[in-house]
Amino acid sequence: MTALDLGLPTAGGLDGVPTTSEKQTAKDFTSDQEVRWCPGCGDYAVLAAVRQFLPSLGIKRENTVFVSGIGCSSRFPYYLNTYGMHSIHGRAPAIATGLAVTRPDLSVWVVTGDGDALSIGGNHLIHALRRNINLKILLFNNRIYGLTKGQYSPTSEEGKITKSTPFGSVDHPFNPVSLALGAEATFVGRAIDSDRKGLTAVLEAAAAHRGTALVEIFQDCPIFNDGSFDVLRKPDTAAERLVPIVHGQPIRFGPTGDDGLGAYAVVREGFGLRVAKAIEVDESEIVVHDGADHNLAFALSRLSDQDLTHTITGIFRNVARSTYDDAARAQVQHEREVRTPDLQALLNGRDTWTVAG
Amino acid sequence: MTSTDAATDHSRVVEKDRVVIRFAGDSGDGMQLTGDRFTSETAAFGNDLSTLPNFPAEIRAPAGTLPGVSSFQLHFANYDILTPGDRPDVLVAMNPAALKANIADLPAGGVLIVNTDEFTKRALTKVDYQTNPLEDGSLEQFSVFPVAMATLTRGALADTGLSKKDAERSKNMFALGLLSWMYHRPHEATERFLREKFARRPDIAEANILAFRAGHAYGETTEAFAVTYEVAPAPLPVGTYRQITGNTALAYGIVAAGQVSGLPVFLGSYPITPASDILHELSKHKAFNVTTFQAEDEIAGVGSALGAAFGGSLGVTTTSGPGISLKSETIGLAVSLELPLLVIDVQRGGPSTGLPTKTEQADLLQAMFGRNGEAPLPIIAPRSPADCFAVALEAARIAVTYRTPVLVLSDGSVANGSEPWRVPDAATLPRIEPGFATEPNAPDGSGTFWPYLRDDDTLARPWATPGTPGLEHRIGGLEKADGRGVISYEPDNHDRMVRLRAAKIAGIPVPDVEVDDPTGDATLLVVGWGSTYGPIGAGARRVRALGKRVATAHLRHLNPLPENLGEVLARYDTVLVPEMNLGQLSLLLRAHYLVDAKSYTKVSGLPFKAEELQDLFLDYLSGVLV
Repeated sequence: MTALDLGLPTAGGLDGVPTTSEKQTAKDFTSDQEVRWCPGCGDYAVLAAVRQFLPSLGIKRENTVFVSGIGCSSRFPYYLNTYGMHSIHGRAPAIATGLAVTRPDLSVWVVTGDGDALSIGGNHLIHALRRNINLKILLFNNRIYGLTKGQYSPTSEEGKITKSTPFGSVDHPFNPVSLALGAEATFVGRAIDSDRKGLTAVLEAAAAHRGTALVEIFQDCPIFNDGSFDVLRKPDTAAERLVPIVHGQPIRFGPTGDDGLGAYAVVREGFGLRVAKAIEVDESEIVVHDGADHNLAFALSRLSDQDLTHTITGIFRNVARSTYDDAARAQVQHEREVRTPDLQALLNGRDTWTVAG
Repeated sequence: MTSTDAATDHSRVVEKDRVVIRFAGDSGDGMQLTGDRFTSETAAFGNDLSTLPNFPAEIRAPAGTLPGVSSFQLHFANYDILTPGDRPDVLVAMNPAALKANIADLPAGGVLIVNTDEFTKRALTKVDYQTNPLEDGSLEQFSVFPVAMATLTRGALADTGLSKKDAERSKNMFALGLLSWMYHRPHEATERFLREKFARRPDIAEANILAFRAGHAYGETTEAFAVTYEVAPAPLPVGTYRQITGNTALAYGIVAAGQVSGLPVFLGSYPITPASDILHELSKHKAFNVTTFQAEDEIAGVGSALGAAFGGSLGVTTTSGPGISLKSETIGLAVSLELPLLVIDVQRGGPSTGLPTKTEQADLLQAMFGRNGEAPLPIIAPRSPADCFAVALEAARIAVTYRTPVLVLSDGSVANGSEPWRVPDAATLPRIEPGFATEPNAPDGSGTFWPYLRDDDTLARPWATPGTPGLEHRIGGLEKADGRGVISYEPDNHDRMVRLRAAKIAGIPVPDVEVDDPTGDATLLVVGWGSTYGPIGAGARRVRALGKRVATAHLRHLNPLPENLGEVLARYDTVLVPEMNLGQLSLLLRAHYLVDAKSYTKVSGLPFKAEELQDLFLDYLSGVLV
């Protein structure tokens, strides 16, 4: 990123949220409610990772809020001993917006799924990203409708046979990362449910980001879309498909080569990118990831089709831009500083007349 | 009070007790501004007044056409009046379209002031006038004053250097000046207003002021006008008054609710006619800790307000009927979450997009029942523009006290209409106590927090906001266990929770309905709600002036209904309900009280006329209608 002072906000995502020196554990963030997802559901892994991760933020538990919509993943808030709201289908980003704008002392998280965020709630998602409200959105993408028992979703692959598409889906899917980047997102990351370390790293960066952070989490639905991401988990296939990216590092992946880095590299080709064998290209051709480069982020999101041939994990984009909530509060604050509110004067207005007895 | 002009030499002064003036012109002629200014002058003079703006949904409909006609009617008097008036005594017509669209409302003998410059062959043809009505004798029954307003305005602005076109734009201020002279209105405030409105274009401000003065001088110096009129100030109750529109009064009520509750106000809103002015007004008042959020859609408007309410703000959303349709699911969530929320519906003609700029009160049943499941909520309706202030405050008080969404049903005529308002003493407005939860409350001694443990009196649940240690809890749209608030699918619990939510709303105390029955022995009771208050009251006055008896009752609270209403309805032989819908309140009254409520309905987009209701009441009293 640039070393120039561009007058961009330097505040972190948790600035203004009260901290605690008390040691907190995953248990402190666990509610007394029995978790009711299906056995083998990827949501368990994400819940465990989040419970483990939240204490590390060092903020007061009562200042943490999870807002969700509707769907399997949206039961998430019930299982955390924080403040939470399980709202209605697709609307969590809108509800969280009102909360985040009015309460800078809260760390506000949205939990949503591919149907919730990208189908019924698509509008709220893109506008939250555009406004850059200080929200962390965890988008659990299992490419299927689970709670309604197995219809295709806006991220299901074309041709998918489901209960509502017995002859195969004819819908073209969204690429959630491309969509978010197109909606002016300032932070976009991706992780896989089973990769605790990778997921935690993205969550940490998201929490530290001031503005809307979208984290896409590939998550398995063992009942209606079983094994959908298995190629990214099995060691024999994962190495050549998973492309972890780190800001400032050359993008190398695959089985480790002689130089200790991956055997494959991402290089530029025209306006896009392609994968090459590292030994067949000059080092200077290998793309060094830059989280501030919008075009690079977009190209990375489209490195391959969504058939998981090449799947980026990590943080595509992470830039500072003024946030809606900070700016809106600053206006209110400024007005409160320069004007003394006088209700009587407001009610009277400019022109009054008096009727005497 | 500002000074008024002394009667001029040539004209005779006639005292009148009331006058109705209608300014009519093209959408681009500035008729709303002209009407507004005459209203302000009239308010400053101390008359009672009531206004009815009437304009097309199109911003600039094709010039000179009937659909492009915009009008502003003002009724002012030396006594307290209830409506903007049925028919104008004076019609100002700026072009042939305005004449054609409005002349049928002018009674014989009425004053007609016409801008003759616009009566060209082309303009006449546009609205299918075969001959010029100013010349063909068709206006003989009126007292016609032809004035070349554009020419005279141009002449007055000859030295300003403005182009002909720009100069003519001020002709509405010429008309205002002329009428201000004719009715002895004070004009200092109008000149000040013009200077402020066009502060960035002093040349335009000056042009408008010159045109305004020219209109005034024209009346004074030409001998065309033999008579000027005086309408003495009205003996209103003692106090300080101002003129106010319904939307402004509503916005002020919301600001005041924030002040008296100590709660930050958060408005989440999406622009929609005729509610947008509330958003505009509130966006100015950040100094009162008011945050306005122009959301991406109606759903986000109410969603963000609900999120803010969860965080401890006074959450508000404003809209019109189509927006209520979109917000319904979130309002249902608010019913289930039992959080305070103000939902303002400025009703307009429906269904669907309907008549965006016209009035109707056909959202009552939607407000009552327009959500899935049993989802009752309190409903309050203002009766007039100034009443909006008190209604907004009352709605906020109920929302906060009972932790419930409250629906306010305003309408287009209330929202855009204006009247004098006796400004309340801000210091004596009653406080609203948020009463946030601060301590664990579990009755089992576990030291935990039960978010659905209710207050014995109000049945309201505690409002515990994030950031409060020890009260961490999760709420949502799924059914919750009575007390503990955790998810519960238990059959008996759901049955109990549905009944508890209904009982909470039904138990909200609302004032008894007051019956206006001066002789105490009327047999006909007319029941109204919302903006029919004015026409019903005016119609009843006329009937009583004829020596007949009629009782009226007005419902401000539509849910719950006043406790004494059933007894009141049973006292009268005939119960009549005039409504600007197809009988929604009468349906409710019939269902609630098994009363044979008669329905009188109109959905023309315009308020009832006093004359029309007078005739209706007389028909019932004489037995023509039963």
